[in-house]
Amino acid sequence: MRWDTSNAAESSGTKTGGDAIVPHMKILVIEDDLEAAAYMTKAFREAGIVVDHASDGESGLFMGSENSYDVMVIDRMLPRRDGLSVISELRKRGVNTPVLILSALGQVDDRVTGLRAGGDDYLPKPYAFSELLARVEVLGRRKGAPEQDMVYRVGDLELDRLSHEVRRAGKEVLLQPREFRLLEYLMKNAGQVVTRTMLLENVWDYHFDPQTNVIDVHVSRLRSKIEKDFDKPLLKTIRGAGYMIKDEG
Amino acid sequence: MLNRARLMFRSTAVRLSALYILLFALCAAFLVFYVTAMSERLLAQQTRQTLQEEVGDVQRAYERGGINLLVRMMERRARQPGANLYVVAGPNGEMLAGNVASVQPGVLDEQGWTEPPFRYEPFAEAEKPGQDVAIGYVMRLDNGLRIMVGRDLGDPGRFRLIVRRALMVALTIMGVGALVIWFGIGRNALKRIDRMSAASQKIMAGDLSQRLPVGRSGDEFDRLSDSLNAMLGRIEKLNEGLRQVSDNIAHDLKTPLTRLRNKAADALSEDREDVRRAALEGIIGESDQLIRTFNALLMISRVEAGSIAAEMSEVDLSAVSADSAELYEPVAEEAGLQLSTEVQPGVTVNGNRELIGQAIFNLLDNAIKYSGDGDDNRGIKLRLVRRDDEIRLSVCDNGPGIPADKREDVLKRFVRLDESRSKPGTGLGLSLVEAVMELHGGSLELSDTFGDRPDAPGLTVTMVFPAPRL
Repeated sequence: MRWDTSNAAESSGTKTGGDAIVPHMKILVIEDDLEAAAYMTKAFREAGIVVDHASDGESGLFMGSENSYDVMVIDRMLPRRDGLSVISELRKRGVNTPVLILSALGQVDDRVTGLRAGGDDYLPKPYAFSELLARVEVLGRRKGAPEQDMVYRVGDLELDRLSHEVRRAGKEVLLQPREFRLLEYLMKNAGQVVTRTMLLENVWDYHFDPQTNVIDVHVSRLRSKIEKDFDKPLLKTIRGAGYMIKDEG
Repeated sequence: MLNRARLMFRSTAVRLSALYILLFALCAAFLVFYVTAMSERLLAQQTRQTLQEEVGDVQRAYERGGINLLVRMMERRARQPGANLYVVAGPNGEMLAGNVASVQPGVLDEQGWTEPPFRYEPFAEAEKPGQDVAIGYVMRLDNGLRIMVGRDLGDPGRFRLIVRRALMVALTIMGVGALVIWFGIGRNALKRIDRMSAASQKIMAGDLSQRLPVGRSGDEFDRLSDSLNAMLGRIEKLNEGLRQVSDNIAHDLKTPLTRLRNKAADALSEDREDVRRAALEGIIGESDQLIRTFNALLMISRVEAGSIAAEMSEVDLSAVSADSAELYEPVAEEAGLQLSTEVQPGVTVNGNRELIGQAIFNLLDNAIKYSGDGDDNRGIKLRLVRRDDEIRLSVCDNGPGIPADKREDVLKRFVRLDESRSKPGTGLGLSLVEAVMELHGGSLELSDTFGDRPDAPGLTVTMVFPAPRL
């Protein structure tokens, strides 16, 4: 699967700080359902991501601690060693690779335990692959992006995290607090696809699929504020996936 | 034979009857022995008392008239029918006067009560030689004469025979009684239980409409049957609901799957790249909707199973309400609706923030979706108030509302009043809200006015939480 814009391969070069996209992100998928794993592997490869696959907890733990990955996708229910135990063991061994946990189908959606065990993100099954891809890319990116940047820049759009000021081409844009957080999250992940669920999670702190167009309405409000008087669009809608803020240059 | 006995013993009625017979027999035996022992003692006491009086008479006669008067008195008394035993004996035990031929040797040597009872031979009327047993009181006079007043105790064997006969009669009556009980009650109960198991067998075979037989007496069996029948009714209803749900699932998933398939076929036959792309995007959108539906279904069953209950904590309902209003305000505005709030601050409840949030989102979503078209002062209201014992979170709209007879239905999975399905949605929203309220020990209320204004038509859906103690 590939996004509309060929973002996976090119560098946006608009955000300050180490934002050079790792040309080939390398991830480890630990998943015992071979069919799901094969589909995932194929889809990740099409998106330009190098994938290794382990089909049980023990071999996953071995591969995870021997090789270096940008992101690991770990199923919770695994033969030979439970997914959560793989994560805590990896953390114990000093492996700090971001981990996305996939909950087993029909299991209690226990996000808190998953994150407490050392996971960085949590996705309950069934999920859309676009959701998984967007999250994996954001996690892989997080590794290189310093969180301490005080000013985010995309093209001529500037967001000052300290003074809560937003300017476009030097002109101040007035935003509501929630709109500010929405833009902040989008710009933090500039050049990355951000799904509606990710926005609801990170901006409103609710962890479920919004089902309806609530998020779209907020995004279009934000878009009208930052793009109204300007020719060049920055905030793009990625169909079937979500949104991305990016300077096309 | 042994096998049959064992089989018979497996029947509860037989076992109970046997136990009762045993218990009754023990009680009867105890009673009979107790009663005979008591009456024997009483009899002995009475005998002694009579003898004591007679001894007093004899003593007084001797003091008054000497040995002559004494002998005369005794001779006179001895001749009366059914008389006591009277003995006047010499110092060496030879019989001088009285109505006794001889006594067991040594009996007359001791002054006072003869203990134990002794044997004697009656004088003249020797019908039962050597059989007679008596007790008596022996007195020694100054001149060496011995005097005894005694009483025959009758035949002790006869007494025991009477006791044994009474026991036999009692046991026979009890045996017959137990048999009657077994036939009358035990076998009747057994038959009823058999009928119940026969009915259960049919039910297990799949005929859920079967009911257990209920008699008219209203006894324990009838009450048991009644309870089981009520349970069966509930199971049947649940089963019916389940079938309804799976029918609905099949129907509601068939439509998007068919659309999905058609779109895929279109995409396959399309040569133009941009059209094919649009078709493929449509397929993705369609699939996402399906995934959403499945997610919602899974969510509801998880909530209903209560497995999420472990993640309960204190939730600031006021904050969640404010969040929801903030999230939906632009959506409402876009739909031309005014979203107003009336939120009491600082209202908390023990619960799951995510689920409560999702429930409120669903209600706001519905309110926006089904709010009336065309009316000028259309609006939606989110209200949170804490009463004494409950917390009420209401979402009101002035749309067409829900007819009273459909209110139960809309809580069911996949039920949508909009038959044409022109509005987007899964038909699962209210089901989830209801499941969430059940998980929180609360309830869901639907009324057909806008808030508490009876003059304004609309729909108010209220999530009622039990208020935590302050």
